[in-house]
Amino acid sequence: MEQRARSLGVHLVLIAYSLLAVGPILLVVMNSFKERSAIFGAPLAPPDSATFSLIGYQKVFHTAHILTYYSNSLIVTLVSMALVLLFGAMAAWALTEYRFRGSTALALFLSIGIMVPIRLGSVAILNMMRSAGLNDTLTALILVYVAQGLPMSIFILSEFIQQIPKDLRDAARCDGVPETRIFFEVVAPLLRPAIATVAVFTIVPIWNDLWFPLILTSSDSTHTVTLGVQQFLGQYITDWNSVLAALSMAILPVVVIYVILSRQLIAGLTSGAVK
Amino acid sequence: MPEPVSTITAQISRVKLAGLLLFFLGPALAIYSLLSIYPLVATMALSTYTNDPSGGRHFAGLANFQALLGSALWSKPFWNALGNNLIFFAVHMCVQNPVGIALAGFLSLPGLRLKGFYRTVMFLPTMLSVVIVGFSWNLILSPLWGVAAGALKAVGLGSLFAPWLGLESSALVTLSLISVWQFVGIPMMLIYAALLNIPDELIDAARVDGLGHLRIFFHIKLPLVLPTISLVSVLTFVANFNAFDLIYSVKGALAGPNFATDILGTFFYRTFFGNQLQLGDPTMGAAVATVIFFIILVGLCLYLFLVQRRIRRYTF
Repeated sequence: MEQRARSLGVHLVLIAYSLLAVGPILLVVMNSFKERSAIFGAPLAPPDSATFSLIGYQKVFHTAHILTYYSNSLIVTLVSMALVLLFGAMAAWALTEYRFRGSTALALFLSIGIMVPIRLGSVAILNMMRSAGLNDTLTALILVYVAQGLPMSIFILSEFIQQIPKDLRDAARCDGVPETRIFFEVVAPLLRPAIATVAVFTIVPIWNDLWFPLILTSSDSTHTVTLGVQQFLGQYITDWNSVLAALSMAILPVVVIYVILSRQLIAGLTSGAVK
Repeated sequence: MPEPVSTITAQISRVKLAGLLLFFLGPALAIYSLLSIYPLVATMALSTYTNDPSGGRHFAGLANFQALLGSALWSKPFWNALGNNLIFFAVHMCVQNPVGIALAGFLSLPGLRLKGFYRTVMFLPTMLSVVIVGFSWNLILSPLWGVAAGALKAVGLGSLFAPWLGLESSALVTLSLISVWQFVGIPMMLIYAALLNIPDELIDAARVDGLGHLRIFFHIKLPLVLPTISLVSVLTFVANFNAFDLIYSVKGALAGPNFATDILGTFFYRTFFGNQLQLGDPTMGAAVATVIFFIILVGLCLYLFLVQRRIRRYTF
């Protein structure tokens, strides 16, 4: 009996906190589908046939280049992640597989990037991008994000590579397979489970970043979703339909992807990759 | 560093090894050095220069830092931002960690149902952009919409409502709590994982000795996850002293009201890029970034040399 009461109490606490966590998000998304009077009249009521309206979404599509922002964010995030995975796995392979002088120093050098935010070098990054003619391009963003994501991914991937049985690669070596083929054809395919873990640490910060788009891009055609929505919100602050719609459009893709991937993502977070 | 993994790789000739290292490490090291390490160093170098009115740039030693820490024009906003940043961090430490520990403690109870559901839902805010979170809370707390006021009224606390984000006295703490709301998922997850790693025999032994749930949690589990808690604290420290997005998206570059929510990140942005009140100053901006770098470095060193060394780790 006492056991049951205790378990009920625990569930009550967890339900209450879950409501606190999703309530605000639900409230914004729900009200984005309502007409103005209903947003203010009954904010907690879900939209019904009388109050349903897509006017906010129509305005966002008309006034903001939201599709451009989405495609920019997609390009930047996916290209950065692909490069982080490729170069990160290659570097992790070299660091774990070959003995050479300075490998410890190199690992230390890389760990600077995990602890010190790359943002602090923004003044010099902007100067470099300007002199290289990359200012206001997606390439600039991709380069910065790859540099930002590499150190963490190298450490995570090193742990994975260490777990691959040695015999596998040594057998290939005895057959005279070149090192590059051992990496790309034997080791790389085995790293697939690591992708989800690395993705947690690269995709989310890149997709959500405001700082680098803000300082490195200046035109609408290069804005990402986060920056584009931020600027839109600032301009249309009094138009509640549009503001709620723009917020929902930034929230929904992330929530959908999160719900699909949450299992791998949480496994990655709790697997002890972060020590 | 682990033992040599393969006897065969040890036999690779030096020339060939150099080629392999260049191929495998080259791209990552080139991008990382050029866009992460070099800019940090170049920013520090730039912080020792000042701009002439004529547009030229000349070496000025530590003049920027003297101005930043001592002159009337720069030091007031700097110390204000640093003080606010400390409050921002303190709120995180005092609220985020205990809430994260409590949630992790509940989630790790054996036999709890719907565990996966709670975990997923409670981690959701952490996935969202800070911009979106800040703006959503801005709407919810707005007296115009009246959601927060209505919710308080419903539980009989209507008189407590105030436009918290707009008041000089409460804006900073409110923003800190919004940030805690968003990021509590990280300590929750990491501590949860650490709690799951505690072997069952240990807990069973304590139970046989007659300890109750609460005492087991405080006397056995909590000390064992202390290394994770200190890791979370240092992660929070770095993130807080690098924070910018939330204040900028809710309060703008001027971090109102009357700079009450100005932290080092927004101060850096204003100094570097300028705003309605002042022109951007790259060399002074570089100096601010350098100071932030050293603050973070001091925090990291304190963690590495004081905290991490003293904590006893148990491996199971």
